[in-house]
Amino acid sequence: MLPDVVKRELEAVLGAGGVKDDPQSLVTHSYDGTPMQQALPDAVVYPENTEQVSGVMKALSRHKIPLVSRGSGTNLCGGTVPVNGGVVMVMHRMNRILEVDMENLTATVQPGLNTKQFATHIESLGLFYPPDPSSMAVSTLGGNIAENSGGLRGLKYGTTKDYVIGLEAVLASGEIIRTGGKLMKDVAGYDLTKLLVGSEGTLAVITEATLKLIPPPKAKKTMLAMYQDLYDAARTVSKIIENRIIPATLEILDNPTIRVVDDFAKLGLPLDMAAILLIEQDGDPETVERDIRVIEQICLDEKAVRVEVAKSEAEALKLLTARRSAFTALARLRPTTILEDATVPRSKIADMVVEINRIAKKHNVTICTFGHAGDGNLHPTATTDARDQDEVHRVEAAFEEIFEAAIRLGGTITGEHGVGIVKAPFLEWKVGETGMAVMKAIKAAFDPDNLLNPGKVFAKSARKRVVIEHG
Amino acid sequence: MADSATLIRPANGTSAPCGSMGDTLRAKLDYEQLTNCMRCGFCLPACPTFRETGVEAESPRGRIALMKAVADGLMEPDRAFEDQMNHCLGCRACETACPADVKYGQLIEQARDGIERHTDSHRPWVRAARRIAFKGLFPHQKRMRLLGGALKVYQKSGMRAIARGTGLMKLFPKHLEQMERIMPDASYKGVAERIGTVHPAAGERIGTVGMFRGCIMDVLFTETNVNTVKLLQAAGFDVVIPPAQNCCGALHAHSGERDGAAELAKGNIRAFREAGVDWIVSNAGGCGAQLAEYGHLLHDDPQWRNDAEWFSARTIDVSKLLFEFGRLPETFGDAKTGERVRITYQDSCHLRNGMKSSDAPRKLMNRIADAEFVELFEADRCCGSAGIYNLTQPETAGSILDQKMQHVKRTEAHYLLTSNPGCLLQMKLGIEKEGLSDRMKAVHIVDFLAERMKSARV
Repeated sequence: MLPDVVKRELEAVLGAGGVKDDPQSLVTHSYDGTPMQQALPDAVVYPENTEQVSGVMKALSRHKIPLVSRGSGTNLCGGTVPVNGGVVMVMHRMNRILEVDMENLTATVQPGLNTKQFATHIESLGLFYPPDPSSMAVSTLGGNIAENSGGLRGLKYGTTKDYVIGLEAVLASGEIIRTGGKLMKDVAGYDLTKLLVGSEGTLAVITEATLKLIPPPKAKKTMLAMYQDLYDAARTVSKIIENRIIPATLEILDNPTIRVVDDFAKLGLPLDMAAILLIEQDGDPETVERDIRVIEQICLDEKAVRVEVAKSEAEALKLLTARRSAFTALARLRPTTILEDATVPRSKIADMVVEINRIAKKHNVTICTFGHAGDGNLHPTATTDARDQDEVHRVEAAFEEIFEAAIRLGGTITGEHGVGIVKAPFLEWKVGETGMAVMKAIKAAFDPDNLLNPGKVFAKSARKRVVIEHG
Repeated sequence: MADSATLIRPANGTSAPCGSMGDTLRAKLDYEQLTNCMRCGFCLPACPTFRETGVEAESPRGRIALMKAVADGLMEPDRAFEDQMNHCLGCRACETACPADVKYGQLIEQARDGIERHTDSHRPWVRAARRIAFKGLFPHQKRMRLLGGALKVYQKSGMRAIARGTGLMKLFPKHLEQMERIMPDASYKGVAERIGTVHPAAGERIGTVGMFRGCIMDVLFTETNVNTVKLLQAAGFDVVIPPAQNCCGALHAHSGERDGAAELAKGNIRAFREAGVDWIVSNAGGCGAQLAEYGHLLHDDPQWRNDAEWFSARTIDVSKLLFEFGRLPETFGDAKTGERVRITYQDSCHLRNGMKSSDAPRKLMNRIADAEFVELFEADRCCGSAGIYNLTQPETAGSILDQKMQHVKRTEAHYLLTSNPGCLLQMKLGIEKEGLSDRMKAVHIVDFLAERMKSARV
């Protein structure tokens, strides 16, 4: 429960309609897209502009009450679950495109703007905003920035961080900070823009962003390569990169994933295959043609059974949309899907696939694998049932080992989903003791009272890393 | 993962007396389905009320979270909970969008069923109207037809002219006044009374179709029912109209009267079982989706389960039956003689999301020689009719209709086709509201096709 005095102060900033603390509002802001994470906030607020965000933050910092800012709540690391209670700030009412600068090729947006709506609008202007997280039809740009979201085009075009060049944000004190600008070069001091991207709402509340736009590719082609062996498919990924071709998209789906995706999207995918690669190349028409021909040959050399090129753009779009549903579609198998996004150097993809399967077998759990293989980012997904405590523990043990394997292969515990609650205990494995100290110091500099999204990134207790020896 | 135990802090005041609404809901809600929602949020952009408000509680994910919170004892249902469940249009667009295959339509019906047993929130006139409609009217075909007769008397006797002329209709809320204006001429003679109950196929028989005539369809759109029979005959089907059939029960189920819906289901199963049909055809998406749910509705009734599954498995929409199994002319209508018109199509939500049929009507429309089919932007989005939603939630329904009509206008179509009486009425209302009556007509797809079947070249 929010103390009356605080509620009145918030209402003075936002108006009565901007503050809610009825059971319905609290329950519906107690979760996000992460399984098994739920906690009730004390209130939900809906600001309409930066001044209101600042006013709310000033009031909350006076009373030392935590704030969790959120967009559509689709993240997969527990990033917007209010574990310490406090106030959830929904950014949906700040959803305007403030400007598209056709001379500088930039767009300035508010954080609550829907990612897909924005991307579609930009396309209608003959420009291109590449970051395309699978949740883009639902997610907001603010959420993408806070989590530094990736997507299917990561390997060629990079991720959200590569397109954010300026920010306006509200600090824990309520002060407003502006970073970067419509600038392609800017080395004036530390790069606070990049620091805030991916900071998971723990350093500031993003209230405005300036994004870089690029000219769209002139042509694209999409193909499917089908395999009877998952390892062959994974090896193909490394081979393509080794041959110095960087496709726009290079996705892998294993058999269970193919089945559930097809059950949902009814595309007629080959259900008898152990794996498929979904590959898209874009660029100049000649380059696309040549690359697709070379990729096709590499696939066949690596024992692809069949290679099919999509006949139309509509068909290609259906394939990519279906791929975006993979994570949720896996819930058709079992109600709880726990998905991770361990990432390894691209040459190690096949090794990682082997490791995941070995670990799943060892712990007697079902782990399906799909993901953005082309950038080394796999999504091993355990299908389980939250009510089966014993199995959930085995899943946790398996993922712990998967994180360990990823780091051993030179990788990371999370490529694009963020640390949030669920990977906080493992962060130190990746960044080390000194890395943790620096990060904590940065957090303290921005937010000395630990009011912004507390309980995220930094775990109460870290997991001890047990390095497993292999003979 | 280490700290991933459920972190729910119990809300205040969760203890409730035994036999409360919360208890009933906990007994009624299918916990498996609630658990199947893994909260990815993919349903949010598909939901009309979420789009309207931008508020999480107004989304399918939000509503399921609320139901689950009640089921988990995290909160007791209050008036806001009731309102939220009733605010859902029940269009089930979220089901089509859901990769995890969560049966939201079933959950919302269970929730409303639980609420309906306890609620005291209906205003007295709503309560009386519900009792008359659900218990006294829809289950009785004869009474429906009598009502149709009464409506006809009103329309033809000059009473309507008086009501409109004197401004009497102005005394009603705006949305009811507009409704009255677009109401088609009613009939006390349904399709069976008009043309009989047995109709042989033209040419070699493909199979026997049992026609589901519907209540509203048979009173307000009798002609469409007659045309459905003619189309099916021409396409090679024997058609029977089992006289013992009754209301499908959709309005009951959507409004929380599940027991009433189950009784109606049994009546229909018996009637069509006895008629020995290969298919049960519906020309109303709302009814058809309910008929297809009988298997689920009677799943726990050992005496009826098998027959109910038999029934649901054979239920099919008229467009799909014609397109997939019928003998159709290469093109409907004559490109030479007919004047070329532009047509567009508004999906029936329950046909699209419940019966999973959106291709067949479009494929049929693309075979009309004298018409050019243009896709309506967001045709897959609810028009706001949603059963009786446009009567119970006029504001949201009106706002959704206004947006819909902006897209409709842009098609510049001469005919706006639909596959369900509720949508058809709502589209007629939209055309009237927008002042488009001189250049656009809302028509059931069956009527449009039947008109052209006459001049078809087989």
